Amino acid sequence: MSAILYDTLGPIGRRRVAIGSAVAIAGLAVAGGLAVIRLVDAGQFQWQKWSPILNPADAQFATLWRFLAGGALHTLEAAAFAMAFSLAIGTVLASARVVAKPWYRWLLVSVIELLRGVPVVMAIFFASRVLPQVGLDLSLVWYLVIGLTAYNSVVIAEIIRAGVQALPRGQTEAAYAIGLTRGATLRLVLLPQAFRIMLPALIGQLVVVLKDTSLGAFIGYEELLRRGNIGVQNLHNPIQLYLLIAGLFIAMNLAVSRFATVVERRTSGDRRRLGGDVEAEVVAVEGQSAAAVGA
Amino acid sequence: MEVIWQNHDLYWHGFLTTIALCWWAGLGALALGTVLAAFRVSPVPPLRLAGTAYVMLVRNCPLTVVLFFMAFGLPELGVNQPYERLAIVGLIVYTAAFVCEAVRSGMNSVAAGQAEAARSIGLTFTQSLRYVVLPQALRSAVPPIGSVVIAMIKNSAIVGAFGVGGELFSVGTTLTGARGLAALPVLTGVVLGYLAVTVPAGLSLQVIERKVMVAR
Repeated sequence: MSAILYDTLGPIGRRRVAIGSAVAIAGLAVAGGLAVIRLVDAGQFQWQKWSPILNPADAQFATLWRFLAGGALHTLEAAAFAMAFSLAIGTVLASARVVAKPWYRWLLVSVIELLRGVPVVMAIFFASRVLPQVGLDLSLVWYLVIGLTAYNSVVIAEIIRAGVQALPRGQTEAAYAIGLTRGATLRLVLLPQAFRIMLPALIGQLVVVLKDTSLGAFIGYEELLRRGNIGVQNLHNPIQLYLLIAGLFIAMNLAVSRFATVVERRTSGDRRRLGGDVEAEVVAVEGQSAAAVGA
Repeated sequence: MEVIWQNHDLYWHGFLTTIALCWWAGLGALALGTVLAAFRVSPVPPLRLAGTAYVMLVRNCPLTVVLFFMAFGLPELGVNQPYERLAIVGLIVYTAAFVCEAVRSGMNSVAAGQAEAARSIGLTFTQSLRYVVLPQALRSAVPPIGSVVIAMIKNSAIVGAFGVGGELFSVGTTLTGARGLAALPVLTGVVLGYLAVTVPAGLSLQVIERKVMVAR
């Protein structure tokens, strides 16, 4: 879209853009320079602050990296469980909401709306404080997984439902016409197509789950961020370590997103067959997935 | 549920603190996000690059990491601000990336023919943005921006999880932790506080969404 906003530039326009670029580069360079000066003044480029992270000969290098790698594994473990449970429960909730009879649909809808409105960190905290008091003593990872699942399964249910609603009416009518029941129509005709057109939004939500595992730090689950905090307490280099942790999270999430683009490209060929209506709906849904904020 | 009534002043204060926090963070995020979106569609390459890099990095970094950096990293640089202010900055930095994407998705929803028609009748870049593209883009950007703001309200709970600020979430940690009250009723009160904001906001957003859909 942005490229359509303006014509190929003429000589005057090119000169203006060149001047604008020079000003922009100068501005960004000044901002970057000020940040670097600030860092130097605060002694943040002293080698002893970076050495445990960068220097393999440092006594703490191996310990730190092994510690953080363990944390990353815990992060991935919690994320994998939460993703699997959210997808499964989300699919069930979406199907239930689609086939539900009106007299009990309102119950489902209100549960979904309520859970959607609760902050994830609240759900996790709730699980870790309330479950032990009612006699459910689990290991910390499960409180995190339960909290994440409670929130993300309803979000995923809404994504799937949007996908089902985006399908042309003819799909349902054709399924009924060949004698399928409501359940079979959903299972054999609607859900497979809904999954396919919603794949970008779904994978976007999985990135959110991965990011939200960092909330486990607040209940003491030793995932990547929590271990980073412990590292900061021992090494006294918060800036360097938090930048590293941020970099590791960004790398993990970009890997998931890259996977999403590959999958999307593979399936996008089939999307066209569903008709122009779906294209428009999918654009709308991608707008929603831009709003998959997470924490 | 007696606990909630006995501590209703604490809850009410926490509720108001959360609202104030979200008000300032929301204003900041909307402003910064719009600027970023303008960067990303501008004809100036360095600005486009800067906008794209910002969104890519911030969107993939957990808010919790951003907030820890604000709380423990910035003081190392000699930034001596109260934590509440740093937390608002953290929320703005994080949320702005999503506001930017919401505004841009609004722009993407304007049919390419609209911009082409505007240019073909001789409107300049600024004119075609101002009279043709933006009025349509902003309308369809409202629902995604709304969901970003609702998500931000929920994310403000993370600020309280640091145990500072006296906002709604931290009311829960104070009452269950320091005063050792039973978790279920106390936390239910906190959850109700958030729901009182997010559920009405979500429902009115659905109404708005339907209106926008009809208008298109």
